[in-house]
Amino acid sequence: MSRITAVFERLRAAERKALIPYVTAGDPDLGTSLDILRAMVAAGADILEIGVPFSDPMADGPVIQRAGERALKNGVGLADVLSLVERFRQTDPDTAIVLMGYANPIEAMGRDRFIAAAARAGVDGLIVVDYPPEESVDFAAAVRAAGLDLIFLLAPTSTRARIEQVAGLASGYIYYVSLAGVTGAGHLDLDDVLHHLEVIRELTDIPVGVGFGIRDGATARSICTIADAAIIGSRIIQEVEADPVHAAARVGHFLSEVRAAMDQPATNAA
Amino acid sequence: MNDRLAQYDLPDARGHFGPYGGIFVAETLVHALDELAQAYERYRKDPAFIAELNDEFAHFVGRPSPIYHARRWSDVLGGAQIYFKREDLNHTGAHKINNTIGQAMLARRMGKRRVIAETGAGQHGVATATIAARYGMECVVYMGSEDIKRQASNVYRMKLLGATVSSVESGSRTLKDALNEAMRDWATNVADTFYIIGTVAGPHPYPMMVRDFQAIIGQECIEQMPQMTGRQPDYVVACVGGGSNAMGIFHPYIPFPEVHLVGVEAAGDGIETGRHSASLTAGTPGVLHGNRTYLLQNSDGQIIDTHSISAGLDYPGVGPEHAWLKDSGRASYESATDSEALEAFHTCCRLEGIIPALESSHALAYAARLARELPRDKVILVNLSGRGDKDMPTVAERSGMVV
Repeated sequence: MSRITAVFERLRAAERKALIPYVTAGDPDLGTSLDILRAMVAAGADILEIGVPFSDPMADGPVIQRAGERALKNGVGLADVLSLVERFRQTDPDTAIVLMGYANPIEAMGRDRFIAAAARAGVDGLIVVDYPPEESVDFAAAVRAAGLDLIFLLAPTSTRARIEQVAGLASGYIYYVSLAGVTGAGHLDLDDVLHHLEVIRELTDIPVGVGFGIRDGATARSICTIADAAIIGSRIIQEVEADPVHAAARVGHFLSEVRAAMDQPATNAA
Repeated sequence: MNDRLAQYDLPDARGHFGPYGGIFVAETLVHALDELAQAYERYRKDPAFIAELNDEFAHFVGRPSPIYHARRWSDVLGGAQIYFKREDLNHTGAHKINNTIGQAMLARRMGKRRVIAETGAGQHGVATATIAARYGMECVVYMGSEDIKRQASNVYRMKLLGATVSSVESGSRTLKDALNEAMRDWATNVADTFYIIGTVAGPHPYPMMVRDFQAIIGQECIEQMPQMTGRQPDYVVACVGGGSNAMGIFHPYIPFPEVHLVGVEAAGDGIETGRHSASLTAGTPGVLHGNRTYLLQNSDGQIIDTHSISAGLDYPGVGPEHAWLKDSGRASYESATDSEALEAFHTCCRLEGIIPALESSHALAYAARLARELPRDKVILVNLSGRGDKDMPTVAERSGMVV
């Protein structure tokens, strides 16, 4: 069983939901990134999504774009992100780690070389934003063979046929993008998310995490009444951006509040 | 001729030209691209659509564009005869309008009332703003803030035509970043918005669709050249940034093996300096802007900053069909530096009375180089893809003048 699947099994048994924070590696620097990752775990994160900087992040909003630009200015590339994971793994064998990024840095390293290096470093799953299922059949097989999960995005515009196609290739969890647009946009519509999650659940048993638009404990809590995980990205980068020196502490503080809201007994819900 | 064309039927159903092209986008855009591919499939063969497009070409653009024999320049070079396909005479001053009309007609049929576009030099932005004005559509053009500074007059033209020009401050603040931003807008406003991509790049069906709308250029040449010279040309030469004017003139000629196709990339300060935009000459395959193609990138897979005196060629990628034509050997790709392009620009002004766009001047520079090496009975057809009015400030600055 993969580390990601184990996380979801454990949480299901405890009737809790997964908290999945995202942070861009190398923003403001790799050392701080390591501190942020550890602070996230201390605050109750179950799976960590680590963003791999890319010069042309087509699916990201301004907040994550800026984080990527800061990281690139520091010269942080895919190989550095893998070293970061390796360092994190030395003290944390349990928390699942997912790398999230774009296809080109992976292809520049070489797909097979990357997959092997990621597995060796202790990565558990991959999200390649611009590898849709029809371009990923071989890649998905190689990722699976290395014991990693390949996580796909689904959107409000995804058709039933599309969901089936993704369900056939995905493992670990499915990342449901709660709204049309880019990361960090607007606020989400719970009824709409609920409706789409019902369709997804009809077609697959893989856990579904919801991201894009989760900004605080309250939204994370409500999203988790219907989803298996709350994914938070831009809101965390804002903490880093606001005070890079104390980034880890700020992120930890913010996530603790989210975690507390998610874990509040159901009877206390408004 | 139809038999010959039948041998080349790329891309495949998912937009692949051999290993290039495809659909590499986030899930948020997949449905919109499916919808677009279906609509295009339906209308490309629709007689009413084709009739309307031809009518727009004739009455709004001024097609067919003539072919012109650059006799004085050819004489001075003393070799092959150079002919120009005069896309510079089109309404709005370049080939870009051919494609924007086609896509805007499609947008209307799909019920989208808002069009967006990316632009580098501003020619595609102007062409999009033009057709949006004519069709009464809302228009937003994304343009890198660096390009806005370089191309002030085109920014003003777009505004006159009623478009909103949105300044892009991310990344290198040029064409590639404008494309990223337009994609983000599209993902956000996908229900009512049509994204008019200006070149033969992007995810399928764009490379195919833009090529098809631009193919009118080559189709006309195939009719016109025998009338002017008694035969097809020996060489067809066009500049390549993203590659839409080149693909437009190349594609109908692909089934003519005796016609050499040569794309000319921007070598900027020189390929060896690293300051250029020659993706096919000096790049490696990768994935950017929704397709797999040759890219200018570093060893980490980050897209690197490009340079060219012509903003329209200043792009780190290239249309995937060019990547395929290069690998297959059907077309060859050369390059011309800023200085070579400028020299060709000035020569063309003085000898032919035509002020070419700096983009097209790259094709002229290579054609002049080639003509010298060939005998007088050879024929070179250059796609003069645009006029140079927009480039006055750039050229004047290089000459130490202010206009």
